[in-house]
Amino acid sequence: MTHFELSDAELEQRFQQRIDDEQKIEPKDWMPAAYRKNLIRQISQHAHSEVIGMQPEGNWLSRAPTLQRKMILLAKVQDEGGHGLYLYSAAETLGASREEMVDALHEGRAKYASIFNYPTLTWADIGTIGWLVDGAAIVNQISLQRTSYGPYARAMVRICKEESFHQRQGYESLIALVNGSDEQKAMAQDALNRWWWPSLMMFGPHDADSAHSGQSMKWKIKRKSNDSLRQDFVDQTVPQADFLGLHIPDEELKWNEERGHYDFGEIDWEEFARVVNGDGMCNRDRVRHHKKAQDDGAWVRDALRAYEQKKRANAEKAA
Amino acid sequence: MNEAIKTEQSALLNFVLAEADDALILGQRLIEWCYSAPYLEEDLAISNVCLDYLGRANNFYEYASELDTRKRSADQLAMLRDSREFSNLLIHELPIGDFAFTMARQFVLDVFYVEYLAVLMDSTDDRIAGIAAKSAKECDYHLRRSREWILRLGDGTEESHTRLQNGLNELWGYIPELFMQSEAEKQLMAQGVCADRAALQPAWDACVNEVLEQATLTRPDVSWKVSGGREGIHTETHGYLLADMQFLQRAYPGQQW
Ligand SMILES: [Fe+2]
Ligand SMILES: [Fe+2]
Repeated sequence: MTHFELSDAELEQRFQQRIDDEQKIEPKDWMPAAYRKNLIRQISQHAHSEVIGMQPEGNWLSRAPTLQRKMILLAKVQDEGGHGLYLYSAAETLGASREEMVDALHEGRAKYASIFNYPTLTWADIGTIGWLVDGAAIVNQISLQRTSYGPYARAMVRICKEESFHQRQGYESLIALVNGSDEQKAMAQDALNRWWWPSLMMFGPHDADSAHSGQSMKWKIKRKSNDSLRQDFVDQTVPQADFLGLHIPDEELKWNEERGHYDFGEIDWEEFARVVNGDGMCNRDRVRHHKKAQDDGAWVRDALRAYEQKKRANAEKAA
Repeated sequence: MNEAIKTEQSALLNFVLAEADDALILGQRLIEWCYSAPYLEEDLAISNVCLDYLGRANNFYEYASELDTRKRSADQLAMLRDSREFSNLLIHELPIGDFAFTMARQFVLDVFYVEYLAVLMDSTDDRIAGIAAKSAKECDYHLRRSREWILRLGDGTEESHTRLQNGLNELWGYIPELFMQSEAEKQLMAQGVCADRAALQPAWDACVNEVLEQATLTRPDVSWKVSGGREGIHTETHGYLLADMQFLQRAYPGQQW
């Protein structure tokens, strides 16, 4: 079978058939340009989130309270960088270069998870991020293990295992705080107060307002809607907060027997828009830091290229 | 180290603490690169090295805690001693500088530690021998990496060459301290607990000279040298490093984390 004998409409129909049959799309397969573009956008945004997320957590590496906590946090921050790498590689299979993707981040054309624009102010923020942010990431990523693009789905399987580990470690560090002094408990509660709503915002706008959702669901890039993922997250997290003895800052939160789910209050969508659009505490810092590290390292990458070139030239001379 | 504290503690504890301090303070410095290296793969590689040093520190502090007559935990030893009680050699505490300085330091230390740990693995003290054996394996990998960076930067571009040469020049006067025996080590030598640092110099020289030459670098010929770390005499940056690292344990005394 040769592709060029088929019209675009026929190709697209076959493509959709494969998706409907739950077959994975692989890098060399034919795919609609919009599918490719949509995936590059989503995967690179996901990669940037992993990498930018290293900053707020890395902010407490030098101050972690014990040697064990320091090592656990460092290993976590390192894992997140590793997730960034797998995801950049997955996006590269679609023809995007890492350089282009990073340029888009620096120029504000590509986004990353907006939650990382909030500052980490106390040690409790580190445990809370592990618990809530990694927890929310897991809910989202479990559904993405079944995404239609093969390399993305496989990256998710690998990444999810590590995220579960991070979530458990974050939760454990909060257990230590809530069993500690009054000041430590207050620190944990304050962190939950600040991170709860941004965590719910991680799932994006309501389904009705979600720009890319419809087509993404049809192509099975997304497998579950924003609102149903958010509900899954709330349902799994409320009992965990209860166990910690912490209060979730939502007076409308309560179990709905009929629905078999928790009801919860409305997100402040104005704040959501404000932070996404650049007015979060750390938006400028996050991108500036990433760009500065890259700029400061330019001479190192130049040296690496020059050295490899010399080595190749010498090898050719010797041959 | 403070005279009163030094005489109170056994030579063995002083020695083990010094090993722990060396590893922790370097690890604490390396943390600064974990999301700021020249590219993402290098963030991860430096984090690996950093984790190895923190792990080594933790192992030595655990042992020090067992030896401590004051029964301080590993974390108390790391987080509640002041600068004068920290006995790390100065080279470990120097600020990270640029990537060339960091790699220059890693390289000269890796060459040293490969030799040093190979001897310490045969310590008559089983705990020390065990920690040294584990660290020695990690260190072989560290050296392969830092050696490669010395070649790349030395024989890369004019800028990288200059930066690396400057880094080596800045570092050089802190190196002699690596080869000096502390009072504790002098006492422990007869029982075969520790290594003879001075005896490692020829092997270190040979390896460093060879790599520097291959990397088209000049071995610095500097007339200055500084020491004092083992006696708790540090550079002025040391106090800030501790203030940052020890913040939570100082601000919220006696808590579990
Ligand atoms: Fe991650
Ligand atoms: Fe994670």
